[in-house]
Amino acid sequence: MENTMTETSQAAVVVRDVNKIFNQGKPNQVDALVGIDLDVQPGEFISLIGPSGCGKSTLLRLVADLLEPTSGTVTIHGKTAHQARVDQDYGMAFQQSGLFEWRSVERNIELPLELKGWDKTKRRERAQEMLELVKLPEFAKHMPWQLSGGMQQRIAIARALASHPKLLLMDEPFGALDEMTREHMQAELLRICAAAGTTVVFVTHSIPEAVYLADRVVVMSPRPGRITDIVNVGLGRDRNELTREAGDFFARVTEVREALRGIEMADQARGIEDR
Amino acid sequence: MNAARLRNLAATVLPPLVLGVLFLVAWQAWVVVSDVQPFVIPRPSAIWQAFVDDFDLVLKASIVTGMNALMGLVLGSLFGFVIAVLTNRFAFVSELVNPLAITIAAIPAVVIVGVLNNMYSLDSQIPRRIMVTISVFFVVFVQVAKGLRQNDATQMELMRSYAASPFDTLKKVRLPNTMPFFFTGVRTAAPLALIIALVSEYFGGTQNGLGSKISGTLNSANKALGFAYVLGGAIVGLLFFAGSNLLEYLVVPWRRRARSK
Repeated sequence: MENTMTETSQAAVVVRDVNKIFNQGKPNQVDALVGIDLDVQPGEFISLIGPSGCGKSTLLRLVADLLEPTSGTVTIHGKTAHQARVDQDYGMAFQQSGLFEWRSVERNIELPLELKGWDKTKRRERAQEMLELVKLPEFAKHMPWQLSGGMQQRIAIARALASHPKLLLMDEPFGALDEMTREHMQAELLRICAAAGTTVVFVTHSIPEAVYLADRVVVMSPRPGRITDIVNVGLGRDRNELTREAGDFFARVTEVREALRGIEMADQARGIEDR
Repeated sequence: MNAARLRNLAATVLPPLVLGVLFLVAWQAWVVVSDVQPFVIPRPSAIWQAFVDDFDLVLKASIVTGMNALMGLVLGSLFGFVIAVLTNRFAFVSELVNPLAITIAAIPAVVIVGVLNNMYSLDSQIPRRIMVTISVFFVVFVQVAKGLRQNDATQMELMRSYAASPFDTLKKVRLPNTMPFFFTGVRTAAPLALIIALVSEYFGGTQNGLGSKISGTLNSANKALGFAYVLGGAIVGLLFFAGSNLLEYLVVPWRRRARSK
């Protein structure tokens, strides 16, 4: 009992003093991330935003244990990132849906469960439950190529959530969608994650998307990749289409934009000094 | 079938059909008008006559050569696939085998059949089958090795995020991804298999296949029969082509539908 108490009070993700250097010691060395500290609370929605090369995707991959930090630690619900991956404690979705084209929609959603050793009936049930969650229950037997881009992305999200992970990691999942579908998907994602109490770390380079979705927007800058600002959005949990037109929303968008512009100006100034 | 699909079908089938018929008519007309002797070039009508009259001869020879080609095609494809998967597990082996495979494929390897003929009894078809197997092997091997190296980055990251074992990743993702490459290899190797089986007969051994019959009769006065054997070979070749396409259609359905979209 006591054990569960400490677990629930634990941070969902803790990133401590993390550095990531690619090609260390070689002429093409890249300091992808320097001195990263980040705490994500359970149920929190975090957006990572910044110009290309700021290491936001790298940071996400460190949390997912798809990459290992050069130094520092990543902890997920008290476990090492590696253990969390082995235990399939998180779900993941990318810009490409990454659906397996030889598997039907339901068998795509079942794949992570299959790898966990679930039996077939249980898998089928869960796949159907997930399809209802993303509002595509009648597409279980369809093949991926029969779906539109937005529907494929919804299936990818259903698959990421299939094992009911407490943590969802997303790398520009709506980047390839048109604006209307994108806004619709954002609202759907908030609804789904609020219902399940899922913690989300969401990489994007759209400012309105970052603000609309997140409790906190983490602003990052390149060369070397680091966190320069964290904007508290504070728009409450109940967000809808009116949120996008609210004054508070625009105020936060402006705040994030100015934080990003600061990076740009500092970058230019440094460029001039270099010359 | 509705009118649009019928029109579509006609548009695909008619042009090559018309061209083929025109070619045969021109051939026939040329031979008749310029009075070419039948032992130089026979008329298409005479070839057809010989094909019908001696159908059992043509069929028997076609089965011998066709079986050699088929056995070699199946075995070569199997070996090519399995060995490509094995070498892919160990990167250094594939770096070693790949250039070797391409080099050996460039050698006119049919000569090996002469060596093999000395190792087996005179009436054995095994040397020819081995020859076809070797030729097919390299074609399929190179394609499968290429397919195994081309993985979708997102799919691979997903599998890693599921902590999937290398074996599960191979079975559930990389092999299905490789199937279209495998069939490209098989489709390329199918006509090759037949040609190698045919040419292998030129290097001695039993003279009961299409290759032996063609070389025997094309130099004789009965040229029409020689061409009838060639026609038999063409039909076997078409069957191979159709067969490998049908197999791909059945085994890799996602490719078929993705393509027709």
